Amino acid sequence: MSVLIKKPFTRRDVLRGSIGGSAIAVSLPFLDCFLSESGEALASGAPVPVRFGTWFWSMGHTPGYAVGERTDRIEFLEECKALIPYVDEINYFGHFNSPLDGRPNHVHHTGWVATRTATAPVLPGDIPAPTLDVLVADALGGNTRFRSIDMSCTGNPRDSFTARNTHTRNAGEVSPRALYARLFGDGFQDPAKVGAKADPDLMLQQSVLSGIREQRQRFERRVGAADRARLDEYFTSIRQLETQLALQQQQPAALAACRKPQLPAEGPIGLEINIAQANHDAMSRLLVMALACNQTRVFNMAFNNALSSLRRPGTAYTHHTLTHEEAVDQKFGYQPEAFWFNCRVMEALASFIGTFKAVKEGNGTLLDNTLIFAHAETSYAKVHAVDNIPVMTIGRAGGRLKTGKHIAGHGDPVSRVGLTAMQVMGLPIETWGTGSLQTSKTISEVLV
Amino acid sequence: MKRLTRMVCAALAALLLVACGSREPSTRGGPPTLRLLTESQYRNTIADVFGEHIEVAARFDPIVRVEGLLAIGAGRATVTPFGVERYIALARSIATQVMSEGNRELLVPCQPAKAASFDADCAERFIARTGRYLFRRPLAPAEVSTFVTLAERAAASRGDFHEGLAYGLQAMLASPEFLFVAENVVTDPTGTPQLDGYSRATRLSLFLWNTTPDEALLAAAERGELDDMRGIRRQVERMMESTRFETGVRAFFTDMLALDDFQTLEKDSSLYPAFSLAVANDAREQVLRTLVEMLLVREEDYRDIFTTRRTVMSGPLGLVYRVPAASPSGGWVPFEFPEGDPRAGIQTQLSFVALHSHPGKSSPTLRGKAIRELLLCQRVPDPPGSVNFDLFNDPNSPGKTARDRLVRHSTDPSCSGCHKLMDPIGLALENFDGAGQQRWYENGELIDTSGEINGIRFTDSAGLGSALRDDPAVPACLVRRAYTYAAGRPIQRSERKLLNHFEDEFAAEDFRLRELISAIATSDALYAVSVAPVRTALLDRQEPRT
Repeated sequence: MSVLIKKPFTRRDVLRGSIGGSAIAVSLPFLDCFLSESGEALASGAPVPVRFGTWFWSMGHTPGYAVGERTDRIEFLEECKALIPYVDEINYFGHFNSPLDGRPNHVHHTGWVATRTATAPVLPGDIPAPTLDVLVADALGGNTRFRSIDMSCTGNPRDSFTARNTHTRNAGEVSPRALYARLFGDGFQDPAKVGAKADPDLMLQQSVLSGIREQRQRFERRVGAADRARLDEYFTSIRQLETQLALQQQQPAALAACRKPQLPAEGPIGLEINIAQANHDAMSRLLVMALACNQTRVFNMAFNNALSSLRRPGTAYTHHTLTHEEAVDQKFGYQPEAFWFNCRVMEALASFIGTFKAVKEGNGTLLDNTLIFAHAETSYAKVHAVDNIPVMTIGRAGGRLKTGKHIAGHGDPVSRVGLTAMQVMGLPIETWGTGSLQTSKTISEVLV
Repeated sequence: MKRLTRMVCAALAALLLVACGSREPSTRGGPPTLRLLTESQYRNTIADVFGEHIEVAARFDPIVRVEGLLAIGAGRATVTPFGVERYIALARSIATQVMSEGNRELLVPCQPAKAASFDADCAERFIARTGRYLFRRPLAPAEVSTFVTLAERAAASRGDFHEGLAYGLQAMLASPEFLFVAENVVTDPTGTPQLDGYSRATRLSLFLWNTTPDEALLAAAERGELDDMRGIRRQVERMMESTRFETGVRAFFTDMLALDDFQTLEKDSSLYPAFSLAVANDAREQVLRTLVEMLLVREEDYRDIFTTRRTVMSGPLGLVYRVPAASPSGGWVPFEFPEGDPRAGIQTQLSFVALHSHPGKSSPTLRGKAIRELLLCQRVPDPPGSVNFDLFNDPNSPGKTARDRLVRHSTDPSCSGCHKLMDPIGLALENFDGAGQQRWYENGELIDTSGEINGIRFTDSAGLGSALRDDPAVPACLVRRAYTYAAGRPIQRSERKLLNHFEDEFAAEDFRLRELISAIATSDALYAVSVAPVRTALLDRQEPRT
């Protein structure tokens, strides 16, 4: 019962300043370099946009069974054999380390945080700086309907590896149907429908947002500096939504590859690996169309959680517990069940790549105009190692990246890969990270 | 009669405490908070302001638990861009429902002369009245004007008064003034900073009812009655007599026991075919009903929740507990486990043993960790990065039970330090498998449920419950959680003695929850505030009594 009807209650019963606190030195000019350099153009004549995304998996690789040590080319072994058809689209970065400067290795956490923020966390669960996708989205996300699209295949929105800080962690979409509704439901302007009128509600929604924004000064005066920063994030998001609404009122450019996809079938959500894989594939198909339709330019896909809870039906052990408790098979030299899961994870990554490659765009594919930053949180889960964490870049980023290379890091900080990726995406960053993870060394071998 | 006797005893006890010098220690308070409404607070507020029939169809961003509580994490939470997007859409959905035919007649206090024309007076009345509940304070004229102007513009565009008003309401519902609970500080005549009346009303309301302040509480704030303790006591008594107090207590235990984790609990259906979504929902409800019955209805000793054999049972739960539980109506029925049954205490209920397990097997380590962290407020260090798992990888291992496997932890110094804090506790619960079902054997081996906690040895789960009941850290943990939950922030250094004081009062009141909550809600400390940042105590470290 409402209080408004005067009856008793029933029981109810960009680079935000210094880029969000990340240790970054900026000296390069901020070029308009978010567009393809390969001369590709859309049907409208506009250059093809370059997209950035991440693909996370946990539990690393089985040493000696994933990638060969030769560095003149990538040699995918048994665990990664699903990636062999795409070897020419990938760069593999091996033997890059995560120096922690005496900070503890918070198992299954420190590795991904170091790789994505170039800073080692002090406390468990700590995310001391924005993840690199957030920095890229700050720079690229303003011109599309969605700043970024974040997905988790485990069924738990908390299984997400994109964050501005510990308390601002972007929750992942877990349901293909919910993702569809967000991307292609209300508010989607189909470029195929030329001359369609914008919804008059959009202008009123903009008024609502400006009404909220008007309260900013009055509200922020009442709170301390730390809380003001939290409110700033809220109001910045409101501003971004206004931009999105403005974009929705424009007739979208004709995009040859853009097709409104079919609503995915209703299906289960959960940690059983076949279910996670099915949801991964369904969300991937929606994602590529969202990119082709220029709804976003940044995305994050988490295939499993950091403590991989993926499981096979009818078995007591999860992927993670297998990596620690399964006996090493003396004949093969590895943990057979854990190895099986690792292979399945790489099959999922191959499927993701294939979905991008299947979308024709200009004279190439969507993959050619994308940079996917894929990595794990450990190199060998059995011992929680954070050195030699496997990292890959996939796609040519609009012609700015060479591919097919196996780069040996020789113990250099893993942050070099992230720095290079951000620079490829046009971010004006010269130095990234803190402590021994701080770097200003680009990996020039992969640059065109 | 029982209550009268108790009140007399309480009064005598209070006199004795005062006589013995156990007055509330003075504190400097903590900084004012800016808390994001939790999902349950948002839902309760919408139900209370507009009615339970208004659907809140949304998923909320998770809040990070800080020092054991989402209530403290809410004081650090921000909203992601996607989160803002969802709040805007949710506000639109709620506003549309409120202004729909059938609802607006009840919820809008006036009607325009013509539906197509804009009635500014009516809009102003609606915005000011509704905004007062949503923002938990009266709106400033400029604020009313902002929302009314917005509604007027929208009404002109739509050609409908109520459609226009829906946009004004949407803006209020998506406003950070609604979504964030910002506390206001004023200075009293002596120049001491203190929370203003509306902020006090909101602290009380979130603590005791987990929702926005009601009319009586806002009116008390308006009249300045919450500026002194007599007025606060009157409101606390009223609120604790309300049936809505149960809602508040359920919300507190949901937070303290991390029952929100049920949202993502998953069990392997081929290993545990009896475990279903209905079982998970009922398991959560079972522990809350047990706590309400014991602590609010019967006003029993808090410590007895760890030894009680009484609970309630539903049909779906009966399948997993393997007990007859059907009632003719299909609802909940009282149930008591017989003497000698391993089920004794809430830590043996499904809500604990199933929640703190793997999807396909039990976990003495997870269960031991949960008892330490949730019930004793102790922190178990994270595992070191360089664990040698070779001990576990012997293919010829004869180990059949969890004890066999875990005993190897004790032989590796890098493991034993922490595992000895958890495993000997959790092993007492090994009579319950990963879904919480009772068992006596694992892989054909009789399960040994002996264990130990803080030097107290026991042979089974009932023994663990007794050890917990007698552990002074148990009530101390409840005191700590209840106070920080109420304040919405961590303990401050100046508040250590305050916790000792609450612990003493709690003990003097036979560990009755109502008395503890009342003591906290009517303490000066809860409303004390220091504007300058105050250094907070370290993470959940158990401070020695001073």
